[in-house]
Parts: sequence; structure tokens; C-alpha cells
Amino acid sequence: MASMRKVERHEARTAYVFITPTVLLFAVFTVIPVVMALYLSFTNYDVLSRNDWVGLENYRRLIDDSLLWKTFKNVFLYSIIFVPLNIIISLLLSMLLSRAWRGVKLFRTFYYLPTLTSAVAAATVWIWLLHPEFGLVNGLLSYVGITGPAWLSETSTAMLSIVMLTLWQSVGSNMIIYLAGLQGVPYYLYESARLDGANKWASFRFITWPQLRPTTFLVSTMAIIGALQLFDQAFVLTQGGPANVTKTPVYLIYQQGFNQLQMGYASAQAFVLAVAILIFSLINMRVSKAEESII
Amino acid sequence: MGVTGGSALKQGLYKLIFYIVCILIAVVMFLPFYWSLLTSLKPDDEIFAMPIQWFPKHLTFEHYRKAFSTVPFALFFWNSLVLAVSGVLANLFFGSLSGYAFAKLRFRLNKPVFRVLLAAMMIPGIVTMIPTVYVMRHIPFAGGNDIFGGGGNGLMNSFWGIILPGASGSFAVFFMRQFFLTLPSDMLEMARIEGCGEFKIFWRIYLPLTRPALATLSIFTFQAGWNSFLWPMIVLNDPDKATIQMGLQAFSYNFQTDYGPMMAGALVAILPILVLFLALQRYFVQGIAFSGIKG
Repeated sequence: MASMRKVERHEARTAYVFITPTVLLFAVFTVIPVVMALYLSFTNYDVLSRNDWVGLENYRRLIDDSLLWKTFKNVFLYSIIFVPLNIIISLLLSMLLSRAWRGVKLFRTFYYLPTLTSAVAAATVWIWLLHPEFGLVNGLLSYVGITGPAWLSETSTAMLSIVMLTLWQSVGSNMIIYLAGLQGVPYYLYESARLDGANKWASFRFITWPQLRPTTFLVSTMAIIGALQLFDQAFVLTQGGPANVTKTPVYLIYQQGFNQLQMGYASAQAFVLAVAILIFSLINMRVSKAEESII
Repeated sequence: MGVTGGSALKQGLYKLIFYIVCILIAVVMFLPFYWSLLTSLKPDDEIFAMPIQWFPKHLTFEHYRKAFSTVPFALFFWNSLVLAVSGVLANLFFGSLSGYAFAKLRFRLNKPVFRVLLAAMMIPGIVTMIPTVYVMRHIPFAGGNDIFGGGGNGLMNSFWGIILPGASGSFAVFFMRQFFLTLPSDMLEMARIEGCGEFKIFWRIYLPLTRPALATLSIFTFQAGWNSFLWPMIVLNDPDKATIQMGLQAFSYNFQTDYGPMMAGALVAILPILVLFLALQRYFVQGIAFSGIKG
């Protein structure tokens, strides 16, 4: 018995040594910053000189900050279009490529390729694709007799351009996750459904979709968290313009914190964004659960 | 239900439609790559030719030469490579070390610490960004700092400021833990009875078995390191330390009208990940299936 406890102690000691680097880095670069973020949001920290406690002043200022609320509106609009489309398209792609036919692996690779590109490189390429006169998109539209818009410089199409770009870039990875999810659906469910005379739509509605709920929850949560933090693409593709319609909260926080050095106020903005992300994730969780109890 | 001529025909038609749809989607996904490659190889007068020229009449590498000579693109490339490779090595080592401890060793704080690490993945990056700059600036003994972290720039404007915060990401730990859980524990007991040291058990016995996971994690972390944009932009001010994403952004911003070099630059920025992905692809799907990302 004594030696048993000795083994356990030895094992625990080893474990603590093994996790030390991770825990140390985590403490310095995650735990301390999270605590500090809250503290800084109550100060007027500006890197250079000031770091005074200002209480709720930053948060009071937020309420009247019309630009901040505009960026929130922009990013909500983006998410409302982007997230459902992302889920629908990646699910359809995965269902298309879930069969073991010849060439399927090659198609998977092709659909996955855009995922590998950086946001900056992809946006650079899309600046050219969306060029009003010489761009590929308007060139293709002209084949069918449509005069395409100046995508990036019109307020009505700028956000749509970012949606197109980010969809192109992200459906591939979610397709892979859905493919893994589809592999986990037991085949006998489909067989017995077929014996019961279920058609394709019915077996999707009552087998595939419910069985994929955990996957959909994962994909949608990640998509929401990512979408609300949109930055790179908006920064490169449109610089937040035209007329701030593609400026996002992260963009604003970056400018406020690192260009204007109002880090205290920027921290308060970051907290509001974090709370928004949390709320939307919780809503998503609730929606997923609610459906479960219905079926 | 024998296969009749009619159903074979139906099956063939079904396959034909399947392949047409798959190829059409593949074309859409691949078109931006092809279009930028085409632009980067066309002489200037052909770039702005309308209607669309699907194949270049003349090939030129002039745009590549220009991309590398007007901006220190090779230096940016090298900087990004150093950062991304360091990120991969650090995450593979520390991530698997802690992942192994959480999966295979019993210690009291196992579950609570792991839960905290996982929960931290939900914290949006923008919240910790500003205070992390503060922490970076005040790391003791770094960048001319004294023991209290004052006086110098700390890890700001240093590659360490990018490598360290991501050196053992929660995702790497989680990912490796999932993989180690699928490996049997009796090898561990056996090796202990034989008198093998704990680190040796991890390094010689278990780690080599996780090769598919390590390959997949390599792709993910290399991609994250190579593609990251906002954080390097904040930490690094010295133009000689700029990464390829920063370089590409500044470059496409300055070269708004010069699309040939811009597309050449974008393709160069995508190339390393493309090569890595194609080289490690066979491990990739396997790695994802094992990790339990499927949800």
C-alpha cells in the first residue's frame, strides 16, 4: 500500500513538472492580462504618462460613442449573413463529398485550399478580383450582361464583398469538420429509415441533422466567435470604409488603443465586445439545447 | 432487386451530375488562385485587357522580380519563417508534454487546471491584447528592463514577444491530450517496472506514436504563425522585423494600381503553407478524425 502511494506521488510530481512551462506561460500571458484588462478599463492608461483610476468614466463614455455602436451594427449584420451561409454551404459540401467515389479526395483538397491562405493574402487577391473595371467578378458578370458594381467602394456592397471573401476562405475547414461528423452517424439509421419508406429529405431531417447537432454547435460557435472579431479582412480589403460601413469593433479598438493610445478606453470597448461574444455564444448554446428537447 | 439496364443508366446519370457539380464548385474555389497566378505572369498591357484573357499570350517573371526588389520581401519571408517554425516547435514540444500529463498521469489538479486552460480558449483575443502589451513592456530583465520591469522596452519589438505568448497554446494541449487518450496505458506501467525514466517514457515510447497528431498540429500552428497579422503588427515596429503579412499589406496599400507585383507577392505569401499542407496531407484527415474535433 505504501509503495502504491509512492508511485502516485512520483506520478503527480512528474505531471507538475511536465505542465509547468504551459501553466507558467498561461499565467503570464493569459491570466494576468485578463485580470489587468478589467483593471485598465477603469483607468485612463495611455502608455506614456497617465494611469489614473477613473471609475466608470470609460463605460459612461461608451454609451454616447456612436462610432462604437456603428461598428457593432456592422459586425452583427455581417454575422447574420455570414454564419448561416457558412453552416449551410459547408454542410452541403460535406454531404456532397461524403461518398467514397473516385476523385472525392481531390475535390476535398480543392475545397480546402482557400482555408490555407492568410486573411491578408486572400484580401489582397480579392482586391484585384473585385476591381470594378478589370476584376474577374465583374468580368464574369459582363458575360451575362450585368454591369457589376464597384464592390469595395460602394456602401451597399462593401460588407457583401467581405462576406464573399470570408465564405470562400472558411467553408473548406468547416466542411472537413462536418465530414468527420458525418462519419460518426451510424449507417443502420439510414437503412432502417429506408425500410420505413423515408425519402432523402426525411432522412436528412430526422437522422442527419439531429445526429450532427454537436458538430453544428461546434461549427456555429466558432463561426460566431470568429465573425464578431472580424478584423484582418476589413483592414486590408476596405480599410473600414466606405463611410465606416465595414469598420468592426476590433478595428476600432485597435485604432483607439494603438493609434490614439487611449488604452484604458479601448480596454472598456474590448470588454463590451467580449460580453457581446459571450452572450451570443450562450444564445447559440440555448438554441441548440432547445431544439434537442423538441425532438 | 437485380440491377436492370434502366437503373444502371440512372446511376450513371446520377454520377455525371455529381461530377459536374463537384467540378463547378472546384472551379469556383480555385478561380481566385488561377486569376492571381495569371495576373502575376502577364505583362502589364495584358493585365488590363478586356474581355477576360483566360490564358496569357506572353509569360513574364518581371512582377516577381519587382515584388522582391521594391520591398525587402525576402527578409519579410525569412522573418515569418523564423516565427512560424519557432511557434511550431514550441507548441509541439510543450503542447505534447502537457497533453501527455493531462491524459496519462494522475494528479489532483489535473481536471481543474485543464478546465481553466480550455475555458481560456473562449476569451476573445482582443480583450487580452492591450494588457499583454503592458506585460510585454514590463518583463523583468528583458530589452533593457530592470528587475522591476522598468526602464526599457521589454519584449516589445522583439520576436520573443510573438513567440512566447503562443508557445504552448491551449489548443495544442487539448489536441495532444485527445490523441494521447486514445493510446493504451499499459506501456507506461511496463516501462516503469523496467525502470524507465518518466521523460524517456514520454519521449521515446508515447511521442513517436502521435506522429499523425503532430503532423496535423504542425499544419495548424504553422498556419496560425505564418498567417497572423494583428499581433505582429502591434509588437514589431522595426521595419527590418516586419513579417510577410505586414509587408504584403503595406505593399498592396502602396501599390494600389500595380496589380502584377501585388498578385506575385500574395502568391509567395501563400506558397509555404501550400507546400507544407500537400506534404503532410495524408496525416491530416487522420489527425482530425482521432482528435475528436468532430465533436
